[in-house]
Amino acid sequence: MVIDTQGLSFNFGSQPVVSSLSLQVPEGSIYGFLGPNGAGKTTTIKLLLNLLKTDRGSIHIFGKELNSNRIAILSQIGSLIEQPAIYSHLTGKENLMNRALLLQVAETRVDEILDLVQLKNAANKKAGKYSLGMKQRLGIGLALLPDPKLLILDEPTNGLDPNGIIEIRELLIRLVSRHQKTVFVSSHLLGEIERMATHVGIIDRGELLFQGSIADLQSISQPQIHIEVENTVDAANFLVKHGFTVNEINEDHITVPFASKTQMAEINALLIRNNYPVFSIHKTQKDLEKLFLDITQKA
Amino acid sequence: MKGFILSFRSEFYKTRKTAAFWSAIILPLAICILLFFGFFSHSDNLAKQPGAALWFQFSGAILGVMGSLLLPMLIVFIAYSVNNIEHKAETWKTLFTLPISKFSVYSAKYLYALFLVILCLALFLLFTLGFGNLLAVVKPTLKFNEYHMESFLAQIYLKLLLSSLGILSIQFLLSLLFRDFLKPMGIGFAATIVGVILAGTGWQYAYLYPYSHAMLTVKSMHSAKGGNDQAMPQLAVDLFTKDIWVSLAVAVGVFIIGYFIILKKSVK
Repeated sequence: MVIDTQGLSFNFGSQPVVSSLSLQVPEGSIYGFLGPNGAGKTTTIKLLLNLLKTDRGSIHIFGKELNSNRIAILSQIGSLIEQPAIYSHLTGKENLMNRALLLQVAETRVDEILDLVQLKNAANKKAGKYSLGMKQRLGIGLALLPDPKLLILDEPTNGLDPNGIIEIRELLIRLVSRHQKTVFVSSHLLGEIERMATHVGIIDRGELLFQGSIADLQSISQPQIHIEVENTVDAANFLVKHGFTVNEINEDHITVPFASKTQMAEINALLIRNNYPVFSIHKTQKDLEKLFLDITQKA
Repeated sequence: MKGFILSFRSEFYKTRKTAAFWSAIILPLAICILLFFGFFSHSDNLAKQPGAALWFQFSGAILGVMGSLLLPMLIVFIAYSVNNIEHKAETWKTLFTLPISKFSVYSAKYLYALFLVILCLALFLLFTLGFGNLLAVVKPTLKFNEYHMESFLAQIYLKLLLSSLGILSIQFLLSLLFRDFLKPMGIGFAATIVGVILAGTGWQYAYLYPYSHAMLTVKSMHSAKGGNDQAMPQLAVDLFTKDIWVSLAVAVGVFIIGYFIILKKSVK
């Protein structure tokens, strides 16, 4: 595990912000850390970066305990927390040069990064004059500068336009697949995480509600049979009479829990035989958006 | 040590285009140029004065304001500026996620502020001597070349530097903890006024109060000069007086306390 926390807890005063969080982030994964605003995502990230002192529990990164190996661990992490931290009186390039100086990274790397985050044309413009998206890209560039093994990004696509979001997503996928990096990325948007993450952790009110691979998440969402029929209400009543459960009745379709393909064929045959014309019948997954809401609202 | 050097260089890189850095250079230059023209335009009256009196007037004009207000306020401003650059850009969190020890980050910032104070005082000394000698060249009627006080001035400026270390540490810590301008500035200003009054009225325990130290140093200069200007006074600066020891002790003490605050403090 690249990140391994056990029973991690943190309070602001008497208010618990993070409670007994146990995160497992495997190497080479894109770990989507998902939760609504105010769920404790940024606090967790600050704990992982040793900016906040852990009240209870332990944090191991790259297998080493964080407090006693702070500098060794931080030297392999690139991070972006909340809005990017940028000196607005310096140009974009000077911001990167300053960081390169601190991290002893060659100047050629600065040019590479400018190219990578597409700020080459704005390199000599004051960073204070950058748009929100450009600042965000510069922030990501700063995180990538030392070529870290682990990237910790807090809402990296905030303020980016759709093109920018796609670029960042592709960049992160490329970093993991081609350069064997591990990415820990927080978001409050499931759709964004769904498109790139290999692993997901869902947090709400400081508690981890779900953790596993993206496939695990999909599998806990029960598949449904989506049936388009002429008279949905009568068809639903008919199916219930024959011992089936109907989850949902809409104007143009009904849904029934999926058990097997044979059962799906049976339902189809039954409806047709009894003069309920079936226009379409297929298996669907409950969408993750709904699942996410279910999980976060249950708590 | 490497982390410290890298941080110190970064401080320079970040501030080299800011008012904090340039004010340390422009302030002494501007004040000395103003004085130069003042003396230049009043050279007829001043020509009667002996060299020693001219030098005392020339350097004293700067040292007078320096002790009472200029030096403490300059320190308040420098301490605020080097910390505000991180408050404003929200970069404390990045500084403390760098693979550099917290002590290096903290001490480099503190010593960079100290460097700016040294730079400013050194330039005051340099420009005072430079413009004084320039006056001797462009206005030979002014007898600036008749007298030399380089060593005395150097010692006075060194003493001023030592006397300012206590408030530098205090203001540095205040500016580190408070992100707004008014708190460190207001506290610094009020404390300086109190310091000037305490030292000015000659309260016997003023040496214990860091904001009085610059004023005490300037006052000590007058006693060193003696009442007898005409007869080439014996100039000697007693560098390590008890107020200087207090200033050094406060500087070291507050610096250490500040470090422990940084260690414990959560970065928001």
